Amino acid sequence: MSTATESTYRPATKVGRVTDFVDQRVGGSPILREFGRKVFPDHWSFMFGEVALYTFVILLLTGTFLTFFFDPSMAETTYAGSYVPLKGVDMSVAYSSSLNISFDIRGGLFMRQVHHWSALLFVASVAVHMLRVFFTGAFRKPRELNWVVGGTLVILSLAAGFTGYSLPDDLLSGNGLRIIDGVVKSIPIVGSYISFFLFGGEFPGSAIIGRLYVLHILLIPAIILLMIAIHLFMVVVHKHTQYPGPGRNDGNVVGYPLGPVYAAKAGGFFFIVFGVVALMAAAFTINPIWNYGPYDPSPVSAGTQPDWYIGWVDGALRLMPGWLFGFPLEWHIPLPWGVNTLSLNVLLPALVPAGIVFTVLFAYPWIERWITKDDREHHVLDRPRNAPTRTAIGMAGFTFYCVMWAAASSDLVATHFHVSLNDVTYWLRALFFIGPVIAYAVTKRIALALQRKDREIALHGRETGRIVRLPHGEFIEVHAQVDDYKRYKLVGFESPEPLPEIVNSDGKVTQAEKLRARLSRVFFEDRVAPATPAELEASHAHGDHEIAESENLKEVAH
Amino acid sequence: MKALSQKRRHPLAAVALLLLGLILTGGLYAAATAPTAKADTTTYTAADTEEGSKLFIANCATCHGMGAVGSPSGPSLVGVGAASVDFQVGTGRMPMENQGPQAEQKPAQFNEEQTKQLAAYVASLAPGPAVPAEEYTDGGGNAAEGGELFRVNCAMCHNAAAAGGALTRGKYAPALAGVSNEHIYEAMVTGPQNMPVFNDANITPEGKRDIITFLNTIENNGSPGGADLGALGPVSEGLFAWVAGLGVIIAFTIWLTSRTS
Repeated sequence: MSTATESTYRPATKVGRVTDFVDQRVGGSPILREFGRKVFPDHWSFMFGEVALYTFVILLLTGTFLTFFFDPSMAETTYAGSYVPLKGVDMSVAYSSSLNISFDIRGGLFMRQVHHWSALLFVASVAVHMLRVFFTGAFRKPRELNWVVGGTLVILSLAAGFTGYSLPDDLLSGNGLRIIDGVVKSIPIVGSYISFFLFGGEFPGSAIIGRLYVLHILLIPAIILLMIAIHLFMVVVHKHTQYPGPGRNDGNVVGYPLGPVYAAKAGGFFFIVFGVVALMAAAFTINPIWNYGPYDPSPVSAGTQPDWYIGWVDGALRLMPGWLFGFPLEWHIPLPWGVNTLSLNVLLPALVPAGIVFTVLFAYPWIERWITKDDREHHVLDRPRNAPTRTAIGMAGFTFYCVMWAAASSDLVATHFHVSLNDVTYWLRALFFIGPVIAYAVTKRIALALQRKDREIALHGRETGRIVRLPHGEFIEVHAQVDDYKRYKLVGFESPEPLPEIVNSDGKVTQAEKLRARLSRVFFEDRVAPATPAELEASHAHGDHEIAESENLKEVAH
Repeated sequence: MKALSQKRRHPLAAVALLLLGLILTGGLYAAATAPTAKADTTTYTAADTEEGSKLFIANCATCHGMGAVGSPSGPSLVGVGAASVDFQVGTGRMPMENQGPQAEQKPAQFNEEQTKQLAAYVASLAPGPAVPAEEYTDGGGNAAEGGELFRVNCAMCHNAAAAGGALTRGKYAPALAGVSNEHIYEAMVTGPQNMPVFNDANITPEGKRDIITFLNTIENNGSPGGADLGALGPVSEGLFAWVAGLGVIIAFTIWLTSRTS
C-alpha cells in the first residue's frame, strides 16, 4: 500500500517535493492535520496564557544574550568601565560585568531592560491568567491537575524572578538577599545551618551569586519549560473552555481552527508582545543598577523593595509588629544544647500568609468539588456573577494579597500622598484582617445584584430611555426585549441549590458531611435562579408591557 | 637642655608635665574640632546685623522668641550659625507656613540680601557653622568617592538615587535634585529638620565636596536607560509594567479578538 502511495502522488512544486520527502520520513501530516483542526474559542481574556508564553520566549532569547557577558563571580575587582560616578570603586566581578553589559557592550542595556521588563510582564500575565481561570471556574473537572501545574508555574516564575533580581549584586539586590537570609535564619533551630549552607558561610559569603545563577539559567527555566509542556499538553487533551453562549455546551467547542487563522494570529501576537516589551525597554529605565552601587552589607537605601511579585511577602514583613500588646514576638528559648531564638516577628509574616495563599490556591478545586459534590465535566465557563460565592472567595483572597502588596510600598505611599508612614501601616494592618471580609461581602452582593439585573432584563427587556405618557396620564418607560442570543447569555446558567446532608452507606450523617452541608448552604443559600422558559413566556405575554410588546411585534413585522 | 635635665627632679616637674600634656591635647582637640570656623569667609557688617535684627523681630520672633532664645513654638537659634539660617530661609522652609511634621520647602520669602542680614544677626548671637566657602561647593570633587560616602551616610533616607524617602509620622527626606550645592553643604553641617548633623569630623569638608560632586554628576548625567519613572525603584517599575505594559497588551488582545463574537 505504501508503494502505491509513493508511486501515485507526485508533488508539482519544489516546496511540495521537499515537504513530501520530509513527510514520508517523519509522518508529520497527521499530526499537523490534527493540530491544525484543533478549535479554539475566541475571547480576549483567553490570551494571557499566550502572553505569558511569549514573554517567556523573550526571556529565553534575551537571557541567552546576557549570559554571554555576565560573570557570576563574587571576586573583588575595581571598576574601570565608562560610568564615571563608579570609577575606581571596589566591587564584585558580577556587579562589574552587569555594569559593563549596561554601558560598554553594544545593545547590552537594551537587552537587560528587555529581559527585566519581560520578566515583570511574564509574572503579571501568569497572575492575570490564573485569576481568569479561577473566576470563570475553568479549574473544574477535568482541569484540576492542570490548575495545579499552573500553580506550580506561578511559584517557579516567582523563583525565576527572584534569582534573577539577585544576580547583579548591586545594593538593591543585596538588600533583598539579606531579607531572605533573615527569613531563613528565623526558621527554628535549623535556620542558621540552612543559611550557612545556602550562602557557603556567613552572609553574604562569596558563593551565593554563582549558585543563584545556576538556578536562574539552568534548573528553574528547565522545570518551567517542562511544566509549560505538560500544561499545553493538557490543554490539548482537555480542549479549551468557552464562555456560555447559544450553541455552546459541555460537549462541543465553538471557535476557529488553529490553522490557518489562529496560527497567524498567535504568531502575529508574539511580535506584538515583543514590540510592546521592546518599546518599554527602549524608552523606560528598569532597575538602574548604576544608581544603587555595589553591594555592601552596611548601607540600606530608602525605597528598597523587591520586584512587584515578591512585594506581598515583603509587605507582610513590613506589617508585622515586633511587639504585640506588650509581649515581644522574639523569644529566647533555653534548650539542652543552648539558647535558641524564636523570631516569630519574622517567621510568621514570611511563611504564614504565603502558606495560606498557596495552600488554598492548590486545594481550591477539591474544596469546591467536595462542597458542591459536582462530579460532572465542565467545558462551559461560569460568568463570575453566576458563581457569587466563588467570586467572593476569589476577591477576598485577591484583597488579602493586595493589602500585603500595598504594604511593600508603604513608604512611597506615605511620601507621595503626604500621609504618615505609621498611619499607612496601621490602616494596612487593619485591612489585612478586615479587607478580605469586606471584599467577600461586597463582591457577593454585587454578583447577586448583577444576577438580579440579568433576570430583570431577561424577563422585562432593557430600558430604552423612551418615556411615554399613557392616555390616563401615567408615564412609563418603554422596555425593549433583548434578542434571543443576548437572552441566552442572561438565562443560560446553572444556579445550584444548597445540598443538604446525605446519609452514608451506614445510614449515618458524619461530622464531615454536616460541615459540607453547612458550607453548601454558605455557597448556595443566596441565589438568584435564572428565568425559566415558563417565566419568560408569562412575562412576555403579560399585559402591563403592551407598548413594549407592540414595539416588538412591529420589529418582528419588519 | 642641660637646665631642663637638671630640673627634672624638681617637685613641680610632674605638675608642669601634666600641664603641658593638657595644653597639648586640648589644643589639638580644639584645632581638630573647629574647622567650621575656618570655612567662615563671609564677613558681615554691623549694619547687616542691625538690619537682620529688625527682620528677625518682625518675622521670626513670634516663634523663636525675642533674642532668638526660643519659645514653646520654636527652638532657640542661639549658636545654630549662619549656615542654618541660609539653608532654612534660603530654601523657603522658614518662615514656616504652618505647623506640621516638618517644614516644607517653598519659594523663598526673603531675597538674598535679607537672608544674609538674618544670617548675620543669628551668627552674631553665638558662634556656629558658617556659610560654606566656595571651594567646597564648586562640585569639583571626586564623584565616585562621593557616591560611596552618599550610599553609606545618606542613601538610607534620601534613596540611593537621591529620590527621597519616607520617615516616621509624616516626616520625610526630600529628593535632592535641584537643591543648590551651598544648601546641600549647609544641610550636612547643620542637620535641618530630622536630618542628623554630619560634622567635619564625621565627613570631612572634602568628603562633603565629593558628595556634592556625586549629586551634581547623577543629576546632570540624566538617566542612561530612558525615562527614570521617578527613580523610585521596583514599585514604580511594577506599577508601570501593570498599567502601561499589560494595559497596552490587553488593548491588543481585545483588538485581535474583536472581529468575532
